[in-house]
Amino acid sequence: MDKLHFDQHISRHFNEELELIKSQMLTMGGKVETQLDDAVAALLDADSGLARDVVFREEEIDALEVQIDEDCTTLIARRQPAASDLRMVMAVSKTIRDLERIGDESKKIAKMAIILSEEGDAPRGYIEVRHIASGVRKMLHDSLDAFTRYDSDAALKTLKADDQIDLEYKSALRELITYMMEDPRSISRVMNVLWALRSLERVGDHAKNICEHTVYLVKGKDIRHGNTEALDS
Amino acid sequence: MTTETDSMNTQAGDATEGKLTTPFAGGLAENRAHSVDMADETTKIEVRDLELYYGNDRTLKNINLLIPEKKVTAFIGPSGCGKSTLLRCFNRMNDLVDTCRITGQIILDGKNIYDRDVDVAELRRSVGMVFQKPNPFPKSIYENVAYGLRLQGVHGKRDLDEVVERSLRAAALWDEVKDRLNDNAFGMSGGQQQRLVIARAIAIEPEVILLDEPASALDPISTAKVEELIYELKEQYTIVIVTHNMQQAARVSDYTAFMYLGDLVEFDHTEAIFTNPALKQTEDYITGRYG
Repeated sequence: MDKLHFDQHISRHFNEELELIKSQMLTMGGKVETQLDDAVAALLDADSGLARDVVFREEEIDALEVQIDEDCTTLIARRQPAASDLRMVMAVSKTIRDLERIGDESKKIAKMAIILSEEGDAPRGYIEVRHIASGVRKMLHDSLDAFTRYDSDAALKTLKADDQIDLEYKSALRELITYMMEDPRSISRVMNVLWALRSLERVGDHAKNICEHTVYLVKGKDIRHGNTEALDS
Repeated sequence: MTTETDSMNTQAGDATEGKLTTPFAGGLAENRAHSVDMADETTKIEVRDLELYYGNDRTLKNINLLIPEKKVTAFIGPSGCGKSTLLRCFNRMNDLVDTCRITGQIILDGKNIYDRDVDVAELRRSVGMVFQKPNPFPKSIYENVAYGLRLQGVHGKRDLDEVVERSLRAAALWDEVKDRLNDNAFGMSGGQQQRLVIARAIAIEPEVILLDEPASALDPISTAKVEELIYELKEQYTIVIVTHNMQQAARVSDYTAFMYLGDLVEFDHTEAIFTNPALKQTEDYITGRYG
């Protein structure tokens, strides 16, 4: 049962409804990826204009979440989906929540970018931001890609990247704390960088959740909270 | 119960510009009435103050309802709530019952079908009906579909062939039977027979198709095929379906009317009825809390 088919129902309309919630979710995923990319770029380039765009576009993401959620509810009420169809609706419904949260984190990063750009003077910690951001962006992209292709192996591989990101976050934290101890005048600026890093780390967690939803969709196994043994049963 | 609903049943149908207000009778109508946004719809059938008595029993109580054109409207409700009776009013099938008496109006395309000058045979030609059990005639598949046309005086083989093929295709049956059109219809499966009966109904090009529990005698796969057919047919026809199966109403219909003890309790977009009904009575029924 590894191969999923959502286009073979006797009801063609049901196929279309399932396809619609998935494609809307991927549209939302694409927009969220752009938000994250732009927020990080705004931070690194001290581009407050771009950062304001990100803050402004957050509403679009929220609206999509509400729309897709409504479509999922309607689909459940009208179609009573079962088995892989049901898992699809549940996975989409959970994934859009994670995407919406990633949108929120991107907005937080953008707000930090606005504050930091107004202070001028490149603060410390940008190398760490650049590094962690590139790992997180790849993770988000791969997690959505795995969902699109119903590839649980790719999802499992991608979710492991979160451990590395957590390690790097901790190491960056230690480093930035050292800076603050060395030069207490830098505390407020470094704290802002720290918040941005914290948001990136959270994005990694949400991307990991998306991978877990993909495994649930494909295999029907719940591997949350490190429960990967579920896959062996 | 009777006195309570009597006092509540005073609302009348009211069409305001761009928005049709469909009133509903029933226990809580007075303070819970809400308007149903049907701005994009054209009304095909309007039911106005309809009352139906079997002898002294008031079986339908002051029904007011709008049936939109080229949409599927489903009637749901427990046994004996009057949903089939109401459906049969739309092509005057209740005329056949001696003790039946009807007041009020059913307006099809602007004309009250209970007016004296209405030709009932003509009415039934434009308002076709399909019943719970498939009832093909003991004839060939071809003759079943061609029957209505022959009655209308169409005899040309080419004309008949064309309509038979078109109707069977529309009923999603053509590919299954095209090589055995002259076989007896009784040799078909139940699901095929039901689609044949639907093909027979659409052969004479009605405007409205009434379906009285069309899938209740069918297995799940045949049911899914009939449901998909209903979805396709609404491109061309106005469809009214009565079903015991609430999930079926949820799947196939655009609008749903919930009836209880002869009252039209709630009418709304199917989505609204099944995700957020306005009345507790409706909620209790669709969630299996009574009925």
